[in-house]
Amino acid sequence: MSVKIDETLTVECETGNYHTFCPISCVSWLYQKIEDSFFLVVGTKTCGYFLQNALGVMIFAEPRYAMAELEEGDISAQLNDYEGLKKLCIRIRKDRDPSVIIWIGTCTTEIIKMDLEGMAPKLEWEIGIPILVARANGLDYAFTQGEDTVLAAMAHRCPEPEFSFRSRKETIQNFFTFHSRKKEELVEYANHPSLVLFGSLPSNVASQLNLELKRQSIKVSGWLPAQKYTDLPSLGDGVYVCGVNPFLSRTATTLIRREKCQLIGAPFPIGPDGTRAWIEKICPVFGIEPQGLEEREERIWESLKDYLDLVRGKSVFFMGDNLLEVSLARFLIRCGMIVHEIGIPYMDKRYQAAELSLLQDTCMKMCVPIPRIVEKPDNSNQIRRIRELQPDLAITGMAHANPLEARGISTKWSVEFTFAQIHGFANATDVLELVTRPLRRQKNLEDLGPTTLVRK
Amino acid sequence: MKLAYWMYAGPAHIGTLRVASSFKNVHAIMHAPLGDDYFNVMRSMLERERDFTAATASIVDRHVLARGSQERVVDNILRKDKEEYPDLIILTPTCTSSILQEDLQNFVNRASIISNSDVIFADVDHYQVNEIQAADRTLEQVVRYYLDRCHRQEKWDQFLTDAPSVNIIGIFTLGFHNQHDCRELRRLLRDLDIKINQIIPEGGSVEDLQNLPKAWFNLIPYREVGLMTAMSLNKEYGMPYISTAPMGAVDMAEWIRHIQKNVNTLALSSSSKRVDYEPYIDGQTRFVSQAAWFSRSIDCQNLTGKETVVFGDTTHAASITKILVREMGIRVSCAGTYCKHDAKWFKEQIQGFCDEILITDDHAEVGDMIARMKPSAIFGTQMERHIGKRLDIPCGVISAPVHIQNFPLGYRPFLGYEGTNQIADLVYNSFALGMEDHLLDIFGGHDTKEIISKSLSTNIGLIWNPESRLELSKIPRFAREKVERNTDKFARQKGIETITVEVMYAAKEALNT
Repeated sequence: MSVKIDETLTVECETGNYHTFCPISCVSWLYQKIEDSFFLVVGTKTCGYFLQNALGVMIFAEPRYAMAELEEGDISAQLNDYEGLKKLCIRIRKDRDPSVIIWIGTCTTEIIKMDLEGMAPKLEWEIGIPILVARANGLDYAFTQGEDTVLAAMAHRCPEPEFSFRSRKETIQNFFTFHSRKKEELVEYANHPSLVLFGSLPSNVASQLNLELKRQSIKVSGWLPAQKYTDLPSLGDGVYVCGVNPFLSRTATTLIRREKCQLIGAPFPIGPDGTRAWIEKICPVFGIEPQGLEEREERIWESLKDYLDLVRGKSVFFMGDNLLEVSLARFLIRCGMIVHEIGIPYMDKRYQAAELSLLQDTCMKMCVPIPRIVEKPDNSNQIRRIRELQPDLAITGMAHANPLEARGISTKWSVEFTFAQIHGFANATDVLELVTRPLRRQKNLEDLGPTTLVRK
Repeated sequence: MKLAYWMYAGPAHIGTLRVASSFKNVHAIMHAPLGDDYFNVMRSMLERERDFTAATASIVDRHVLARGSQERVVDNILRKDKEEYPDLIILTPTCTSSILQEDLQNFVNRASIISNSDVIFADVDHYQVNEIQAADRTLEQVVRYYLDRCHRQEKWDQFLTDAPSVNIIGIFTLGFHNQHDCRELRRLLRDLDIKINQIIPEGGSVEDLQNLPKAWFNLIPYREVGLMTAMSLNKEYGMPYISTAPMGAVDMAEWIRHIQKNVNTLALSSSSKRVDYEPYIDGQTRFVSQAAWFSRSIDCQNLTGKETVVFGDTTHAASITKILVREMGIRVSCAGTYCKHDAKWFKEQIQGFCDEILITDDHAEVGDMIARMKPSAIFGTQMERHIGKRLDIPCGVISAPVHIQNFPLGYRPFLGYEGTNQIADLVYNSFALGMEDHLLDIFGGHDTKEIISKSLSTNIGLIWNPESRLELSKIPRFAREKVERNTDKFARQKGIETITVEVMYAAKEALNT
């Protein structure tokens, strides 16, 4: 295959039948992230059974989630849906006492046009708990975009900068702090407008990113979502926002349009190259020169040497389902791999513009052709392409992983990347650990290939 | 509207898909939005299926919502027809799409004109029936379709097989220990010198369905799925059927005697000889199956009078209740099932075997009942296993809903004589574990772990500052100790005395150098 550097990045759309998870799956990680929340999914048995299987054993620990199961009477509008929801919410308040109840709308509520947004404020007033409505349905969204809808809904509840409870708290705290402490704080951070990061990350990863920015004297005012609903950051005119996940385009749009924030368009902090580019995009906005990033990145690449030796020159095929594909592909290309195709359910070209441009640059730097990007891929066609291309690794959903393995293609479940910690400098190892595991297993079982399981 | 955390039986389309994907060369098309096709994932992951699941989704999205599916469904059907050459394509809606009230039957009719494969619309009401009932209905629908067609085309072969033969109806994908049970049934029937005409739907071919009536009678191992088909075959073709579950020594004997009766009745009109299976039953029960001996052995004596709770689908819950009481002398305080539609049969079966009966699909009610009864052991589903963990009561899993644990690689049938052994093992182990803990408590034998961990923690002199301690507490418990140890080691190597958050992260980065 000639190494012709294709300079143009084209995105095709196959509009095919592809498998991905329902966006209500976002409940499984968001309820853990937002500690005082309760998620009520308004749907049918299909939704409930899916979440039951997706949450697996976690469901037995009585997580802060439940299904409001719509029965025939609800569908045919014989029963009053407001009363039904009210009864359930009162019970939830009694059993769990959350700080917020988040209603997750599903395909069913879309079709029967249940007016969740209309009922929520009324019920909120009646029972005294904030109620958010996020329409995470499979008609419009895929998998991780569920998080996008929830964060977009949550953005509306963030307080204004001047009157925020938090800033008042801070001023009161500062009043009582000793002089020396105050001086330290001033020295640590530069004077810059508020910066809020959005995207749901485990709190230790969020702390790591905060620390990286702190090293550049940038203070992160808050995160959306915060660990607790009551700690939502203030948003508004003059606040800068930056996303950490590629699938949050609607949240970004909401923040720009409704909350009047300024969006910093950056590649996503996945992998050391991504993290560095992310920081390098944020710093100039506040007039700061980024320090020491090149050394940091170099040191990480050094520490990954063993993994890099394993993956160099190997090829990857992304079937696509969790919208992280472009960032992951860019990182793997930087690691020396070749990416044949990136399948992705949906790509917002404006929100991912910086990432796409970094992808192009990375491909040119590593002298590999730019991978083909296919939106809404068709899984059967992809299986055929995989059969022809015979990649060393296929990153695919769980429906296809076992069958592909049975046909001699090493696979990695894409869903693991959604739940693994992949952001920041330190977690590059985790990504490569996942990617190399099938390659390492194959090496371990090398002597006994599938057709020579029994040695003569 | 009701608040639901957990359901015992899945939605209707899962039942239809299970039946469709069990047949060889049948393709299912789901009319569903993105994400409703998690069935493929379940099959691939739970059963470790090596083949691509023959089920695709014809995606319902905003366009479909606004303008209807139009050509999309028909196109998808015809596409699969061309790509996979299935014998049959089954179109099924999901809860969501059934509200759309599109005329899917019409799409099926249009597609059948052009396609080479047969096309059927799975006629199941998604709001009235659950997974199990839908599977039963779909199987019956498919069987009826092919038999009716055979009649219409007058290819009807009236003759029974010369030698005694049976159909086994109801073994299918993602069933609870179905594959193992099927193997055991094959072995049994071979012992009884009865041929197997067909096993449906697992591995069956729709082209062979027309030959179902050639068998002498039908066996329905699990009454939840297959009964409808058997009753229909009985009504239309006069085929007798046996729906007793061959589970447990007593029911095994009854089952074999039923078979004997059926064979002998039909042997009169064919050239076969009469059979007498009593010696076989005797030999198997007393010597091959160890269960009957186990019930009379010394360690089983300890189980006499112990109280248990049983819950599951009707077949397994009823059979296990009877085995525990009749064959092992164990008391069943409460037996129950989530198959509400079959409550009457269930109550008749276990009348007199247990103190209370509970018919519900609400797991909270089951939990409350168990907490109230405080049994020595529970025999139920995965949900009961977790209730048991919470209440510290041992539990053996005897019924669907399924979990990866229920697809063991080893041979573990619940039916047949080997099944009696497996059940006896399960019962014994469930109780024995409880007794082990009890003995350890009495003799104070739980302390080994503490001693080991004490000797490993040598972090004298290292101080974790409040921020780093907070950060550590945020790490999930199973990883916390590892992170703590790694950070301590790193700090000591670098001669750092106070551990801060920065040190923690530096330690993580250094992990691989």
